[in-house]
Amino acid sequence: MLSIRLFPLLCAVLAAVGLTGCGSGTMDAKEGAERKILLVGNGADPRFMDLHLVNSVSEHHLMMALFEGLVAEDPVKDAEAEPGVAERWESNPDKSVWTFHLRHNARWSDGVPVTAEDFVWSWRRMLTAALAAEYSQMLFALKNGREFYEQKVSAEAVGAKALDAHTLEVTLVGPTPHFILMLLHTSWWPVPRHTIEKYGDPLDRVNPWSQEGHMVGNGAFQLKRQLFRQVLEVEKNPQYWDAANVKIEGIRFYPIDSDSTEERLFRKGMLHVTEIVPLDKIPAYRRDHPGIFKQDPNTAVYFYRINTERPALKDPRVRQALAYALDRESIVRNVTRAGQKPAGGLVPAMEGYAAADLFKFDPEKARGLLAAAGYPGGQGFPKFEILINTSEAHRAIAEVVQQMWQQHLGISIGILNQDFGVYLDSMSRIDYDIMRGGWNADYLDPATFIDMWTTGNGNNNTHWSNPEFDRLVAAATQEGDGAKRFALLHQAEELVLAEVPAIPIYFYTRSRLVHPAVKEWHPKLLDNHPWKHFELISPPPASSMDSFWNR
Amino acid sequence: MSAVSLPPTATLSRGRSLRQDAWARLRQNRLAMACGTVLIGIVLLCYVGPLFCSHTIEAQNLDQGATPPSAEHWFGTDEAGRDLLVRVLTGGQVSLNVGALATLVSLIIGVAYGATAGYLGGRADSVMMRVVDVLYSLPFMVFVILLTVAFGRSMMLLYLAIGAVEWLTMARIVRAGVQAQARQEFVEAARSLGLSDSRIIFRHIVPNVLGPVIVYTTLTVPAVMLLEAALSFLGLGVQPPQSSWGSLIDQGAKSMETYPWLLGIPAGFFSLTLFCFNFVGDGLRDAIDVKSGKD
Amino acid sequence: MLRFILRRLFQSLLVLGVVFTATFFLIRLKPGDPFAGEKAMPASVRAQMEKRYGLDLPVWKQYFVHAASFARGDLLPSLRYEGMPNAKIIADSFPVSLVIGLSALTVALGVGLPAGIIAALRKNTWLDYSAMSLAMLGICLPTFVMGPVLQWIFALKLGWLNVAGWFERSDWILPSATMGLIYAAYIARLTRGGMLEVLNQDFIRTARAKGVPGRQIVLGHALRGGLLPVVAFLGPAFAGITTGSFIIEKIFQLPGLGQHFVGSVFNSDYTLVQATTVFYAALLVLINLGTDILQAWLNPRVRLT
Repeated sequence: MLSIRLFPLLCAVLAAVGLTGCGSGTMDAKEGAERKILLVGNGADPRFMDLHLVNSVSEHHLMMALFEGLVAEDPVKDAEAEPGVAERWESNPDKSVWTFHLRHNARWSDGVPVTAEDFVWSWRRMLTAALAAEYSQMLFALKNGREFYEQKVSAEAVGAKALDAHTLEVTLVGPTPHFILMLLHTSWWPVPRHTIEKYGDPLDRVNPWSQEGHMVGNGAFQLKRQLFRQVLEVEKNPQYWDAANVKIEGIRFYPIDSDSTEERLFRKGMLHVTEIVPLDKIPAYRRDHPGIFKQDPNTAVYFYRINTERPALKDPRVRQALAYALDRESIVRNVTRAGQKPAGGLVPAMEGYAAADLFKFDPEKARGLLAAAGYPGGQGFPKFEILINTSEAHRAIAEVVQQMWQQHLGISIGILNQDFGVYLDSMSRIDYDIMRGGWNADYLDPATFIDMWTTGNGNNNTHWSNPEFDRLVAAATQEGDGAKRFALLHQAEELVLAEVPAIPIYFYTRSRLVHPAVKEWHPKLLDNHPWKHFELISPPPASSMDSFWNR
Repeated sequence: MSAVSLPPTATLSRGRSLRQDAWARLRQNRLAMACGTVLIGIVLLCYVGPLFCSHTIEAQNLDQGATPPSAEHWFGTDEAGRDLLVRVLTGGQVSLNVGALATLVSLIIGVAYGATAGYLGGRADSVMMRVVDVLYSLPFMVFVILLTVAFGRSMMLLYLAIGAVEWLTMARIVRAGVQAQARQEFVEAARSLGLSDSRIIFRHIVPNVLGPVIVYTTLTVPAVMLLEAALSFLGLGVQPPQSSWGSLIDQGAKSMETYPWLLGIPAGFFSLTLFCFNFVGDGLRDAIDVKSGKD
Repeated sequence: MLRFILRRLFQSLLVLGVVFTATFFLIRLKPGDPFAGEKAMPASVRAQMEKRYGLDLPVWKQYFVHAASFARGDLLPSLRYEGMPNAKIIADSFPVSLVIGLSALTVALGVGLPAGIIAALRKNTWLDYSAMSLAMLGICLPTFVMGPVLQWIFALKLGWLNVAGWFERSDWILPSATMGLIYAAYIARLTRGGMLEVLNQDFIRTARAKGVPGRQIVLGHALRGGLLPVVAFLGPAFAGITTGSFIIEKIFQLPGLGQHFVGSVFNSDYTLVQATTVFYAALLVLINLGTDILQAWLNPRVRLT
């Protein structure tokens, strides 16, 4: 009786709710190609849409569509940038003062011109402590940037001056040969003062200027709609100075956080570009769909931090022994499987900076070092744990490392898994023995991988400290000559590696699945692919995946 | 015993025959018997089997990763080249322990609490049930994370604690049953005989609500084992290289299309166990159902 | 009756207060902070953020500030999704979970009740065994296996449905089925047990003896009492069903409420943890109240006190 009464009721409720249920329909990759709409898996929802507050990779990808800095990401080359809002630029001989000539036809998406004054205002906003922008320290490269942030000087003292509406003069703390590459980071891009002030206090972190319907940008695309956990859609910005050369009409960014769901969506033909490829699928895609599977080198390093104040781990010889006892070749071949490079140093290779090649797998040497430190054959070695955060890959690597140290050094260790928040807390309190770590570059420069190991740096977290190392890093920041600067950084890196506060394991690669409708795909070291250069082919060329897609 | 005015001999003889009846009824239920046998088989296999395995749970052979079942590795190997057979069997120990311990804890607390609340009724019942409401509402994940921070290295403590959280539904079910019984004539009779409350509750009322309790207990075992699996999915389960069915299924599910045996074998054991538990539970329920024999 | 309801509502407010207080302090026991990321936040930035959200105040002061807001019905903004009021996060995501939950419940009752009734009426026959085996499917496999299996069959092999997402009406089906099958198993077993319990009671025998048709006995008399355990189970389960499942929402990429229950705890998003917990608690006490009333109706022996 109950069920008989309940049933129609339930159905009625369902029907009523159903009418208000969902958003718009889906679009598959073929239709997307036809309508020139790029369908992209983008990992996660943005926490922020305010350009100055963003701090994640997925947010960076969105901002690349919505905003543009003085210079813009080159679609192919890594060590160069192409003109953005600035048409051309020059610097003084020691590369500490730069002058940018802004193009006259650069406009915000509401038609207001982008001026040098916009940059000056934006940088001051970024440098105001009350905004609490996480990346404000990037702008400490500006003369008096830090001092303004600490409220020791007035805004006028900051090294950014609008000589006229279209000429910007930037004075830096010291010689900075890599300044142009730094400018590719979001923290240097402009925000629309007129829009921000219209919607509230510029220093209010929750100023609604960046919401759907309000947001104004200067990128090749503008925000169309944002549905949390469903899609964020951008459409071509007709006001963009180079709109004539933008060949797609829009992009849908899907915040898909499960890699296997994303892969199934791709296999169903619903995506053009995925964020990642699930570990177990990589061999099959590489073998059966070489035209679809893209594996690009990525400037990032995976390593194990060591708490250098723990008993036994205090001894650098022990840390070296641990580093030499890892067969990195085997780890990348059998565990990570996406063509990662075994890391013999903490800095990935970049143009002009070769990666160090220490720590070749050498169990003999490792045993020798351990014995010299007083633990022959691992005897008497205290029990310790590897701390990881929840992830299939981290767990798999830790299990292999655990086994290698057991086998080659005779020491037995545990693995402790914590969820990300707790893990970060353990890291910042340095409450661990050994923990998994990773580092990627905010901009392409070796210093971003070296600075972190200086004394007291918030990202060091190992208790390791070396005055000579600190001195070398400081000297590098004052060096105007690119080659000499790299030499200093190399010396600093060798110092870290000799004392091993962190054991390098591998340099990342980035794997993605890319639909054949996407015209060209170029590997980029920081994985920043400028959306404005994308092209879609309709109908898509034949591919090895057609049997899945034409079902 | 002496306070009971019923002739003790009568109670005893009747009790024995009840039990014999129940056993006889259970034996007639072929499916329940078959499931019980399978269950005993699985338990024996998990606890005794690993003693005869030549492989260990942590020995890896990276170049022999993810090989399908073979003569050397009956269940194949996982992606690190570890023998799946021994990992499934030892993982079974963890899952079975979890199921048994957590269920036992939840059974004891839930029945005692629910029966007391249902029998007492009135204000005491209200207060006790609001306490259950509060505990129900508290975010389970906060508990789990706090417990993993506190007991992260001792899984058994963790699962005992989970059992202590799982008793709430049991308490509600027992309370509902007891409430219905508490106003029946035989309770009034027992009360008029001057029996103590606890005696009435646990000797006279609880046996009458055993049916739903058994059904729900056999639902709790799978629920707890599934919970262990869900925690593995969130990365809060057993610490590697130790395995449990939940963690093996979680890892297997991630590569289900590429290496199907990594999912299929542990999931097969898991499902078979839960399946059997349910039918044994139903069989037990039917067996102790006094009145059903007269049908 | 009215007095009973009013008294229960008053008790419910007390329950909410206790839940809020316990949650407030428990979540702060967890290591971690809402602003943390893989790259360290500069100390000056952290100090600004803590000041902005009042996290620099002593905890007891924070407690009174938060309690006062919640009492006024202001659930505060999220710490993680800055600028997003928690009330809006819940209002946006709850309808999605409600839709999935109600259709899951339809699946659960649609499979579970008939299976349980048939099994009870044909006890220990092959019909009993096969009905129960079928109903058991959902709890023999964890959802994170069942979900992908359904995706694989219905989206990839048969091509009938989308893999994941929340764009078309048909996107309900797979998540609801995944969730519904779990509860179907519980309902089938509780129904079977409850029915058997009642079928053997004297009043059914009497009815039978009087020659009341079997169908009428089952639907009119037995079901009413036999459903008691199901109702006792469904009451609290209902709140869980309609507030979403983290795992199902992750697999099917749904914008539901379940992700926030787990996500907010992982992120130490204190205000969102408090808001979701109090919301869930409110839902739960209301439903429990409803359940108790329904139980009284199903079983006249239970008096509402």
